[in-house]
Amino acid sequence: MSCKELTMAQAVNVALTESMEMDESVICYGLGVDDPLRIFGTTANLSENFPQRVFDMPTCENAMTGVGIGAALNGLKPVMVHQRLDFFLLAMDQLVNAAAKWHYMFNGQSNVPIVIRLMIGRGWGQGPTHSQNLHAWFAHIPGLKVVMPTNPNDAYHMLKQAIQDPNPVIFIEHRWLHGQVGLIEKGSHSSIGKAKLLKKGDDITIIAMSYLTVEAIRASEALSKNSVNVELIDLMTVKPIDWETIYESVEKTGRLLVLDTGAETGSVAGEIVAKVSEKCFAHLKAAPSRLAMPDIPEPTSYGLTKQFYFGAKEIAEKVHGMLLENVDSSLYRELDTEGHHDIPGSHFKGPF
Amino acid sequence: MTQLLNNEAHQLKVLKTLYLIRDLEEEIAKRYPEGKMRCPTHLSIGQEGVPSALAPLLFSYDLAVSTHRAHAHYLAKGGCPKAMIAEIYGKATGCSGGRGGSMHLIDESVGFKGSTAIVGNTIPIGVGLALSQQIKSEQGISVVFVGDGALEEGVFYESANFAALKKLPVLFVCENNLYSVYSPLKNRQPEGRKLYKMVEAIGIKSTHADGNNVVECYEILQEKINLIRAGSGPQFIEFDTYRWREHCGPNYDNDLGYRTAQEFDNWKVREPIARYENWLLENTLFTQNHFSQIRGQVTGLVQESFEFAESSPFPDVSTVNDYIYR
Ligand SMILES: Cc1ncc(C[n+]2csc(CCOP(=O)(O)OP(=O)(O)O)c2C)c(N)n1
Ligand SMILES: [Mg+2]
Repeated sequence: MSCKELTMAQAVNVALTESMEMDESVICYGLGVDDPLRIFGTTANLSENFPQRVFDMPTCENAMTGVGIGAALNGLKPVMVHQRLDFFLLAMDQLVNAAAKWHYMFNGQSNVPIVIRLMIGRGWGQGPTHSQNLHAWFAHIPGLKVVMPTNPNDAYHMLKQAIQDPNPVIFIEHRWLHGQVGLIEKGSHSSIGKAKLLKKGDDITIIAMSYLTVEAIRASEALSKNSVNVELIDLMTVKPIDWETIYESVEKTGRLLVLDTGAETGSVAGEIVAKVSEKCFAHLKAAPSRLAMPDIPEPTSYGLTKQFYFGAKEIAEKVHGMLLENVDSSLYRELDTEGHHDIPGSHFKGPF
Repeated sequence: MTQLLNNEAHQLKVLKTLYLIRDLEEEIAKRYPEGKMRCPTHLSIGQEGVPSALAPLLFSYDLAVSTHRAHAHYLAKGGCPKAMIAEIYGKATGCSGGRGGSMHLIDESVGFKGSTAIVGNTIPIGVGLALSQQIKSEQGISVVFVGDGALEEGVFYESANFAALKKLPVLFVCENNLYSVYSPLKNRQPEGRKLYKMVEAIGIKSTHADGNNVVECYEILQEKINLIRAGSGPQFIEFDTYRWREHCGPNYDNDLGYRTAQEFDNWKVREPIARYENWLLENTLFTQNHFSQIRGQVTGLVQESFEFAESSPFPDVSTVNDYIYR
């Protein structure tokens, strides 16, 4: 089918545009949807093309989430967007106590087809309240779906599905991915609830999500030069998790490393490690492990964030250690990124 | 019972604060492209009037909280300029040790209790400070700085209601600069809305003033603060003002088209500093010579602050774990 190369931000924009063209019940709102910067370009042209259905809002996240729930209960499909996940924290009551439970607590009589787009990130002084990766919070709430695509194609398809999904979907975009370029394949099969096998291998299963998938791809390439064959899975949906794909891979490789952009305690990675330990114990050759962010608020200072994040090098060293024990510190030097640690490296075409 | 700005020490304090906010922020804007201040930074250039008028009216036992756009409030409350600049540079000597950045300022020694980055976040916290002052029978008041956008958050109404209910010693200083990021008020409030009238309906005594007329700001603030100190409960003042530069960052952004050149020019004419200087020349013994002398002192302080920040070390990576718990 038709192929087109787009950035992830453009892919989101196309998905929104096509959804609104195709379905008159889709509305789109949030702080800045029609401002000059258009949510990093993701809402470009929408207010011109659909003036009634696309609107800016007052700074009132909780109320406007409830408004979206009400509109959804009466047949609309709202897509709400926040430039940072952190701003959406004001709306936990409406999300958790209403949206997530409405279908269940009223015995399936009505449902809330709402999509909440949230931006997460890291680096460049975003600091403690502008960079939080709280996908695990949402994954903890029964009734929500939580999606974290890595590339433009998946973002395109999963956003379109999320909008048509009859349930509330939290759609999480990493700021370091918005500039990522890729092909949109109209016939492709990325879908909510399905993880994607990116690379086959026999030695270890790595499960990555969102931006960390980019780092994991680089790590896997370097590891293969040292004869470590990684099987790499992009999780894509953190609720509900595609357990089948995970179990199948771990049963083959016998080893597991899960990467998580959020803080370690209570993380999605922790959940996967736990489930795999329960379900695949007999197949495991080593203790399953995870790499997640430290249980520390993200500091703002350039100095303090120097060793705060992990990337391809840390992933490669971790895997190497799990398989071959001693890691020579020079082994993965090629994965060092030049320049500043708080922006995407030179391999990476992304804005802040 | 308006009291005139006829106290010479207060006149001077206002002037110094105006210069300090303007010159420190202009220097930030100038140096920001060097890439050493690596955090989102919201400048108050153009909005110096209100905080400067407030500066001589507060004591260090008065408390204050603020928002993402906090530099001016911190400085007006007496916050240390060096520690502020060092914080924006992410240095260990910063007022938050580099953990917070531009949006998270604090100077406990002068009662500046903190600014935070989530809109509306410090509104109830400021009200809580006032509650503690009332319960402990302390002499101070609490000042809550907010923008026009923050009045759209539910937490403002909840907090204002509680402040009215308990007659708390809190002053809400609302700088209405017409925008929340690029969103004009007309996207966010019904036509004809007066913010201060709406707040009045909650039960808080509310007024409105020209935030770029420093003398008017001073006189209204003085009157309302005296009332709060006398125990008559919370006050809300809406000040009209205008941010000159982009919402976040050092540049001008009028090219984006979200506001007109004409609107911008109209506000620039109402520039708070020159207007205040003219008023001083006409009504007091201040002369141009005084102005350049005071400005010279401020320039020295600005340079010192940047030298301090530049020469300070980054916090050691090993300390990243500190302060999660007490
Ligand atoms: C809860 C929340 N929503 C959105 C934002 C993004 N944001 C940062 S500053 C700002 C504008 C707030 O406008 P206003 O209160 O008028 O302050 P100003 O920037 O004009 O000083 C917004 C919407 C945020 N920080 N927190
Ligand atoms: Mg404003």
